[in-house]
Amino acid sequence: MTSYILRRFMIAIPTILILIIFSFMLMYAAPGSPFVGERPLSPEVLENIEAKYGLDRPFYEQMFNYIRGIVVDFDFGPSFIYKDRTVNDIIAQGFPVTLTYGFLAFIISVSTGTLLGVAAAVRQNTWLDYLAVGVSIGAQVLPNFVMAPILVLVFTLWLGWLPGGGWQGGQLPYLVMPVIALSTSFMASIARITRSSMLEVLNADFILTARAKGLPLRRVIFRHALKPAMLPVISYLSPTFVGMITGSVVIDMYFSTGGIGQYFVNAAINRDYSLIMGVTILTGTLTVLFNLLADVAYALIDPRIRY
Amino acid sequence: MKQKTVVTLVMSIFVLANQGIVHAATSHPVTGESLSDNQTFTYRLLDEVPTLDPQLNQDSEGFNVLRDLFEGLFNQDSEGNLAPGVAESYIASNLNRTWTFDLRKNAKWSNGDPITADDFVYAWRRAVDPATASPYAWYVELSSVVNAAAIIAGEKPPSELGVKALDDHTLEVRLEQSLPYFPEMTTYATFFPAHQPTIEAHGTAWTRPGNMVSNGAYILTNHVPNEYHSRQRNPMYWNNQATIIEKVTGRVINDENQALTRYLADELDQTGIPAGQYPNLEDQYPDEATSAPLLCTYYFAVNHTDSADPALLNVKVRKALSWSLDRDVLVDSVLKGGQYPAYNFTHRATAGFEPPVIEYGTMTQAERDAEAKRLMAEAGYGADAPLNLKLIYNTSESHKQIVTVASQMWKQKLGVETELVNYEWKTYLDIRKNQQFDLARAGWCGDYNEASTFLDLMTSTSGANDGRYFNSKVDELMRESKTLADPKPNYNQVEMMIADDMAIIPIYHYTSVFMLKSDIKGWPYNNVQQNWYSKDLYRSAP
Amino acid sequence: MYLPIRIRIKTADAPGSVTGRSLWQDASTRFFRNRAAVISLLALLSVGIFAIAGPWLADWSDDAIDWNVLGNVKSVGMPSFETGHYFGTDELGRDLFVRTAKGARVSLMVGVIGALIAVVVGTLYGTVAGYFGGKTDSIMMRIVDVMMSIPYMFVLILLLVVFGRSIILLFIGIGLVSWLDMARIIRGQTLSIKNLEFVENAVVTGVPPASIILRHIIPNLLGIAIVYATLLVPNMIIYESFISFLGLGVQEPDTSLGALISSGASQMQYGTLWQLGFPLFFFIVTLSGFFFLGDGLRDALDPKDSGR
Repeated sequence: MTSYILRRFMIAIPTILILIIFSFMLMYAAPGSPFVGERPLSPEVLENIEAKYGLDRPFYEQMFNYIRGIVVDFDFGPSFIYKDRTVNDIIAQGFPVTLTYGFLAFIISVSTGTLLGVAAAVRQNTWLDYLAVGVSIGAQVLPNFVMAPILVLVFTLWLGWLPGGGWQGGQLPYLVMPVIALSTSFMASIARITRSSMLEVLNADFILTARAKGLPLRRVIFRHALKPAMLPVISYLSPTFVGMITGSVVIDMYFSTGGIGQYFVNAAINRDYSLIMGVTILTGTLTVLFNLLADVAYALIDPRIRY
Repeated sequence: MKQKTVVTLVMSIFVLANQGIVHAATSHPVTGESLSDNQTFTYRLLDEVPTLDPQLNQDSEGFNVLRDLFEGLFNQDSEGNLAPGVAESYIASNLNRTWTFDLRKNAKWSNGDPITADDFVYAWRRAVDPATASPYAWYVELSSVVNAAAIIAGEKPPSELGVKALDDHTLEVRLEQSLPYFPEMTTYATFFPAHQPTIEAHGTAWTRPGNMVSNGAYILTNHVPNEYHSRQRNPMYWNNQATIIEKVTGRVINDENQALTRYLADELDQTGIPAGQYPNLEDQYPDEATSAPLLCTYYFAVNHTDSADPALLNVKVRKALSWSLDRDVLVDSVLKGGQYPAYNFTHRATAGFEPPVIEYGTMTQAERDAEAKRLMAEAGYGADAPLNLKLIYNTSESHKQIVTVASQMWKQKLGVETELVNYEWKTYLDIRKNQQFDLARAGWCGDYNEASTFLDLMTSTSGANDGRYFNSKVDELMRESKTLADPKPNYNQVEMMIADDMAIIPIYHYTSVFMLKSDIKGWPYNNVQQNWYSKDLYRSAP
Repeated sequence: MYLPIRIRIKTADAPGSVTGRSLWQDASTRFFRNRAAVISLLALLSVGIFAIAGPWLADWSDDAIDWNVLGNVKSVGMPSFETGHYFGTDELGRDLFVRTAKGARVSLMVGVIGALIAVVVGTLYGTVAGYFGGKTDSIMMRIVDVMMSIPYMFVLILLLVVFGRSIILLFIGIGLVSWLDMARIIRGQTLSIKNLEFVENAVVTGVPPASIILRHIIPNLLGIAIVYATLLVPNMIIYESFISFLGLGVQEPDTSLGALISSGASQMQYGTLWQLGFPLFFFIVTLSGFFFLGDGLRDALDPKDSGR
């Protein structure tokens, strides 16, 4: 196992490198530039700006300089749009924000989601099952761009209980609505995957045997069934976790949290090349890392799985 | 010299004493209204400001912040006229080509350093220096400061810029051509002074709270990108005793409806009104909903090159398209924010501009429709020879509404089919710049309050003339206007030619439509650029 | 103590047997006994019929503006039989009944095709990676890692710029992302299933890998694949409105449920709730329909799953 993990870390480096090269090519092939606006710049002004950001260099040289900057100085370059800041500054400020609300939402959606899913599976086709399915549907019917304004209308405008947005360093009142809006739909998905996977396991021979032996249901579920049933849930959770802690465009935009979720769209729309690369590399690294963790978790759950 | 120090000392004591008094005062020094104890102002920002470096700024929301943090030679008052800033007065000589500004001696940076003419020289050179790479370097070039263009092109060193400190408090600016409105140009951020030691000490991080040394009525105290920033009264500001608002906060809220909800929940004192909601809000909150002229024009660019549908090369078709657009419906039923139907390009509220009488602007819509149908038939298009046009726009709810309604008007009145195509912003600009359209939604905002800021766009050398309308007469008239004492006749002639050629299809002149809490006073409603200064605002007592 | 996982053996068509046919028959019998599943199937069919037939029943076309309503939507644009606007009008006075029907048509296609791509591509990709393991697995899954992280907006923008606008591109744009998570889930399941005795037996007896995958592995993970695919349907419908925002998806006057919900939501505080309500209703019916349908299919395909 240790050698497997080591090997995966070795593969991670070329994986990220390919990600960087691929993203770089995509970005430069796309039309538009960070410096073009309604008012076109004169060629002289544009030349000065491109020289400042190294965009006048050949493509491979830009890419090489970029990668060297990361490897040598851990420097992801200056943002092309937010001119007073570097990409390191922006991520250092925004990532803790999405990490906080994303992690909380993750905990909530995983705990409620699995609980609902297990309950629904154990009591299949009873009122509990329908209730659980109903709750998951209820949690998913409102896309978060509908949910967010409703939350603000209710809790800020009508009830006056919560601030309508902002972050203020992550104080509790500012956390509530982003966490709710982010966790609901994931909770629904987790509940449904858990239910279906749990049903498969509960019908497996070893569980039927255990139950035939007269072991109490609760013990069968928690000691024997839950672990194997979590396998597909874990597959789903690793990219989901990365998605949640890197935030959501909708959450960041509707709740003014200042998180990095919005840059996945905004930086692309503004063609802020270095910022796009920054968030892409961050997601890429986290994806590689957590997919590795998931693979390790597989082997722990099911010792027959060997790589 | 000694005496001067004493005067300054006495003055600063006076200022400090006064400040105490103002703080405790409950009535406005001019109007006598009683003031609220809560002198804060919170407003909504659509997006994070890209930079707080005055020389790099090109953003209108960024300019709103910078006007509070910095002060140039002159400010604008509530009517948009010149008001003294760091300069107390100026003398124009050499046929408006040499300008000498007298700087006030009591102006200070927020760290206490005096402001000298050299701070301006440093800043202006910085603005054109290729190493700074300011996207607004062209603004200095536009102002015709001597050698600006050559410095930007890298042909001369920044020290050759035509700006000089005659002494600590006298600034001399030399222009390449006569420019009667040069002092007005100095109200923009590019011409604000900069504090050299701060910039050299901190590099690009000099604009962070704590690092920044500024000279405006406010100083930056907090800044969390994409969340909020706040600015606090600057005790070093030369006119600090007149400042009433203690603290200004700008909150970034991307979604306009969300911002309105938070305004209604009293989290904001000012926010924009979403398109179409002005009448409802005015009903409910007559003291808060506001519509004031704003120096921008909305129009459809027409592609005059051969990449367009050949029908568009026929002026009759262009006219038919323009005349059949019922601008009153667009303005009154779609936008509903008091915008003005437009038949000419230059915004009607532009200083010194009187729109010429454009023939089709005076007709009724029924007359225009009849005429449009006739023109279309003359051009040979109709039911048996239908016209199909491609109208591009960038993704936005209100652009979508305008183009949808316009396309239906054309379809019903002229039988013209319009393919509506939206693109995200940068792709859209790219497509428009390369004339891959028949018609394109466009908007233009004045950089300064003078008609040439609009009409220059119609010249063949303008980079924003995306429809590639070329008319040597227009070029000639605009070139000539720069040197005329009264350029108005030229401007009007150009407007007439635009209408005759239907070079573009003007749709409406903008208004700024927003909610402002009724106890916030001093808003410059009549400043057509909506350049507001927090130092002029105050909150009256309930 | 560890108990070996022995997921029930389901074989669609075991070699040399003729039980395959009856398995599908059993499944359909079980499916039609599940009341929730049948009701949701009917509900989905009605949404489909509405989407296809709606435009013929409407008094208005989807791009026509009712000039009497434009500008006064709040007071005269509400749902009414008199005006022929059964669902009211949108902000521009266009009939919402016909627009919802046309939007549902696009969204159903998007949801179903997106989910189908996810099931087909994701399942095949995941089982191949999981079954062969080793270097194959490593390379295939690292490709997924990269694809999960690349800035998709540029892929979509490039698709638009290079190929122009078309509905097929919309499906390509959706298909590109929808299968990734599915592939990871399926591959995880495959890793576990391939160690089970019946698979090992098949390997020993020389059954070729392709038929092991198709006959032994896929039937045992079809349940989870179907349930996950039904989860993707609402996501794809919403994702479509984002793609359209970039200019790649449907264009005015065409529309989709996602686009209608999004513009209805932006108007919800201004007294025109029907603009959100009707499209959202059809979205919810579609979404819950697919949920119960997915559960019903899963239960039906699980032979031991009867009356516990």
